Amino acid sequence: MNSKRSSRRQFLQRAAAAGLAAGAVGSASAQSRAVAAKPEAKPMLAEASRFPFSGLEVTKRIDHITYYTPIQDSAGIITPAPLHFMQTHASEIPDLDPKEHRLTIHGMVERPLSFTLDELKRLPSVSRIHFVECHGNGSPARHSDHEKKGSGVPIQFVHGMTSCSEWTGVLLSVLLKEAGVKKEASWLVYEGGDPGKYTYTLPLAKAMDDVMVAYAQNGEPVRPAQGHPLRMLVPGWEGPFSVKWLKHIKVVDQPYITWNEAMNHSIPRPDLGGKSRWHHFQMAPKSVITRPSSGHTLSGPGFYEITGLAWSGYGTVRRVEISIDGGKTWKDARLQAPILRMAHTRFNFDWNWDGQETLIQSRCTDDQGETQLSVAELYKNWGYTDYKSQDKTRAIHFNAIQPWRIAKDGSVYDAMFD
Amino acid sequence: MQCLINRNVSKLCVLLALMAVAAFGQRTYPSLGTSLSQDEIKSFDMIVGPEGKELPPGQGTSKEGADVFAKKCAACHGRRGEGGSVQHLVLGGPGNPKKGPWKDTEKSAVSYYPYPTIAWDYINRAMPANKPGSLTPDEVYSAVAWLFYMNGIIGENDVMDAKSLVKVQMPNRDGFVPAKPVWPPNPKKPSWY
Repeated sequence: MNSKRSSRRQFLQRAAAAGLAAGAVGSASAQSRAVAAKPEAKPMLAEASRFPFSGLEVTKRIDHITYYTPIQDSAGIITPAPLHFMQTHASEIPDLDPKEHRLTIHGMVERPLSFTLDELKRLPSVSRIHFVECHGNGSPARHSDHEKKGSGVPIQFVHGMTSCSEWTGVLLSVLLKEAGVKKEASWLVYEGGDPGKYTYTLPLAKAMDDVMVAYAQNGEPVRPAQGHPLRMLVPGWEGPFSVKWLKHIKVVDQPYITWNEAMNHSIPRPDLGGKSRWHHFQMAPKSVITRPSSGHTLSGPGFYEITGLAWSGYGTVRRVEISIDGGKTWKDARLQAPILRMAHTRFNFDWNWDGQETLIQSRCTDDQGETQLSVAELYKNWGYTDYKSQDKTRAIHFNAIQPWRIAKDGSVYDAMFD
Repeated sequence: MQCLINRNVSKLCVLLALMAVAAFGQRTYPSLGTSLSQDEIKSFDMIVGPEGKELPPGQGTSKEGADVFAKKCAACHGRRGEGGSVQHLVLGGPGNPKKGPWKDTEKSAVSYYPYPTIAWDYINRAMPANKPGSLTPDEVYSAVAWLFYMNGIIGENDVMDAKSLVKVQMPNRDGFVPAKPVWPPNPKKPSWY
């Protein structure tokens, strides 16, 4: 770790420790305001703590804030709310007053309606465990060029934009039925209360199926960074559909296609003659070994449990296979209950490391029968001629098999582009 | 007697049918949620779709837009939209629009957008970043006119208003697959597609 990064970490830890102290004497809402005002403050234990405690990593730019989940230390399938990844296309997290906040539904409905948070909480609720994944998670541009130095970018920055929580809220179908959707309606467009007025377009059929307006996450109100007081939760689909700080829903008769969808979230592809794919909807089946992964070091030959996460936006994980010999042979990993639809699924695999250099990797098959592809296959499908010399594109929906190289000294490297 | 029963049954049927009609469209939780008036809806109904039905009155040209851009946009986007603290908005030049194929890094240019309304809608609701939603409709029409002119999409003196904006031919209109988003996708494609 270089000194610049180290001092930044210390600053963040100190800031978080101060926040924690303030939270202990203040009310929950005071704590929320503090977090909203200082999005970089991380809820971590104090620097001097002897307990290992992984934290978020945060990047901030004028038009972005991103939180990366410490996936390298994840256990089970639930991501604690303060460690849930987040990206917002604005420079600050809004501080919305839950008493003043209104969710409106208008457009092609019989009865345009406005709901307070209290009214939403009076309606029948559901609690469901779902992953949310940024569709740029694990994108080639995020991978290290390991030939230059070290093990490259830690897994947190590569695959740390997927998280899984228990979400509680009202099914959007309940609200839409209350408003009375007109028969000519076919899509929704909805807007968040952030400075960037984040907006997305959703087919009505999905909205009437399993989409939630969530006000709680893992047993507590949704935190400011996760969309307090309300967020859309669109199971299995690209993260951007799950708009945070949800404010306005308009029912319309065609896909509205706003700026983020058209510009930010489409990618030109060689196999399409340079035209861009857009509106992918579901996240593809994916798995990643979280331990050991780039950034970890094995202490010597012997027994290790290989553990990781698998998920599919199309449904349920049916199978995860592990290769410990560079992809020559594959063996089934144990899937750990619960195995839920559109949720992270934990897999485990017993492994005796013989101390020799090797590649370990996992591949997931979902209940649609789709299996993760290698990076070479995926790039070939997209029309790239040579993935190794290829510029690392900002490809979205990049679900290639992730190989980790174990070096003789036990250090673990990102081998995606070896 | 038979006739009387039949009449009563048919009356009952009519009554049940009427009740069903009344129940249809009725709310299950009628005390929750407040009805919105048209005026209230107007106050927040800002999202503009591809047909531009929501565009307000107002107008502007690239010359007026150059002034708006210099004052409210150039600090982040560069004096001529070439980029600064955020990516570029301009590719190509007046009379010389960028045409495909596109590289990923080029797509932040306004000429990439498939519909002319996208620039208007995003600028109107989300810009400038330090004071989103503060531009007047005339300022937004002007800024869009300047960006379209600089990207070689319209002429220097073309007036942008609710009618002319939606008629602008975007150079990358056909640059998206599928041509129009469809759900569910037909035919079904593998997930990598």
